[in-house]
Amino acid sequence: MSTLSEKILGAQAGSYVDCRVDRAYVHDGTGVLTLDAWKSMQADTLARPDRVYVLFDHIVPANNSVTAGLQHDLRLFAREKGLSFTDVGEGICHQLMGEGIALPGEIVVGADSHTCTLGAFGAFATGVGATDMAAIWVEGGTWFRVPETIAVNLAGSFSGRAEAKDLALTYVGRLSMDGATYRALEFVGEGVTTLSMDSRLTLSNLAVETGAKAGLFYSDDVTCNYLKEYGHKVHPQHPDECSYLRELYIDLEDVVPVVAIPPRVDTIKPVADLEGMPLDQVFLGTCTNGRFEDLDRFARIIRGKKVKIRTLVAPASRNVLVRATESGILQDLLMAGCTVLPPGCGPCLGAHQGVLGEGEVCLSTANRNFRNRMGVGGEIYLASVATAAASALSGSLACPKEVTG
Amino acid sequence: MRIEGTALCMGPDIDTDIIIAGRYLRTRDRTEWARHAFEDLDPSLAPRLEGRVIIAGKNFGCGSSREQAAIALKESGVKGVVAPSFARIFFRNAINIGLPVVECDCTCRAGEPVTADLGEGIITIGERSYRIRPLSPRMVEILSAGGLVEYWRGRR
Repeated sequence: MSTLSEKILGAQAGSYVDCRVDRAYVHDGTGVLTLDAWKSMQADTLARPDRVYVLFDHIVPANNSVTAGLQHDLRLFAREKGLSFTDVGEGICHQLMGEGIALPGEIVVGADSHTCTLGAFGAFATGVGATDMAAIWVEGGTWFRVPETIAVNLAGSFSGRAEAKDLALTYVGRLSMDGATYRALEFVGEGVTTLSMDSRLTLSNLAVETGAKAGLFYSDDVTCNYLKEYGHKVHPQHPDECSYLRELYIDLEDVVPVVAIPPRVDTIKPVADLEGMPLDQVFLGTCTNGRFEDLDRFARIIRGKKVKIRTLVAPASRNVLVRATESGILQDLLMAGCTVLPPGCGPCLGAHQGVLGEGEVCLSTANRNFRNRMGVGGEIYLASVATAAASALSGSLACPKEVTG
Repeated sequence: MRIEGTALCMGPDIDTDIIIAGRYLRTRDRTEWARHAFEDLDPSLAPRLEGRVIIAGKNFGCGSSREQAAIALKESGVKGVVAPSFARIFFRNAINIGLPVVECDCTCRAGEPVTADLGEGIITIGERSYRIRPLSPRMVEILSAGGLVEYWRGRR
């Protein structure tokens, strides 16, 4: 009997396998290095160009002429080779790959650590570096060591204040930053059925913060209905009885709003313990929490009120932004005083669009709070969408109230 | 495949943002990454990395998949990294670009001489010797060639 990773990779944990890669993607950050490595390999062609994606999201639009030049080279290459290409303003690579491209049972490899996000669809999705990706361009496949699996077994459903991000930070806190290194996480249990696709993407996204190679959900009705919107007819995956390396049990009813204290993603404290801590900036967005459900949740809390500190919102994709526009959410955000950034990674990696100054503190819905990541001398506290909204309104760290209609 | 250098001690969970900050990534100039290696940990460190073997705590290289982190260390003259465990993407990146990485839980004293034989599976720091899991023959070949690109070229 097999775990989902074992089924998809077709071998038992511990084995080494050579696999074809169903989807291989790079962004403007890692793509340039991949292109250079590919050229150095003196290859003229890509083995499966129809399976290769180039998606610009990290520094979009370019912040200076050096970045612009690098992006220009990669853009020309993608066009010349006829690769699927999305330019500035379309959105974050993991989000776009999750808008009807990555499918259950596929092997998805991205040149970005948060590729694990796509495990939410029941795909084996993992990140690699640029040289590995160049070899995938050349060969159409790569090798993996089939990981052992840690189960995150979920029961119950959330109370009004907690959400997927709080659960994600909670499991990272319990597993620690290297508690799942070389392993896969599998989210199982009855609690899973209560989680939307957007919530599952948030949970899979944080898997790499425990060192995990992948973070998988079995596809079910939620997955099938979501992908149906994109014209795909897919089927539920059924779990076997299988042996896990370890099982972590979490009752969703016990999850409370939490923050991750810098500089570690696994230092978790209840928001209530730090309420009132002064903040300089709130950031809503990223591959963790920039989806429609997140913007909607945020808007429900701030609608008709004013934010007290600078509040940046970066929708995860053009699709998300369009839906936010059509539903009136964008107007809610703007009227409340938020600054809306173009779809993309925003300031998450500290390159542009909201970098912190010395001594500044940001409450962010992203996934990393490493030292200086968003600017030298700045500190990042990670939290949920509702905590971010409540904090934006109060100007200091605040507990979310029950989120209602 | 042998490595030799002097020990540079570091703690656990050294992330790739600390190795090379996001603000320095957008260039093709590899020396730029070397110049700014560990800048946010200690700005005076980069020029002193030549000939060093980094001996760190667990989970070295966690975080972003940026291959520039491994390249920055190699370009700045680091001879290898020794740690009880590595983040898996960094580990693969290091082998792929020809930076020796050794899984070993060992005591570090700054400045001590370090020698290791990766094929044999032994590392010596000062007077202390440790057995390490030998790398596979292919991994040793890739490292000896200087990385996956060079290894590939040699086989074509």
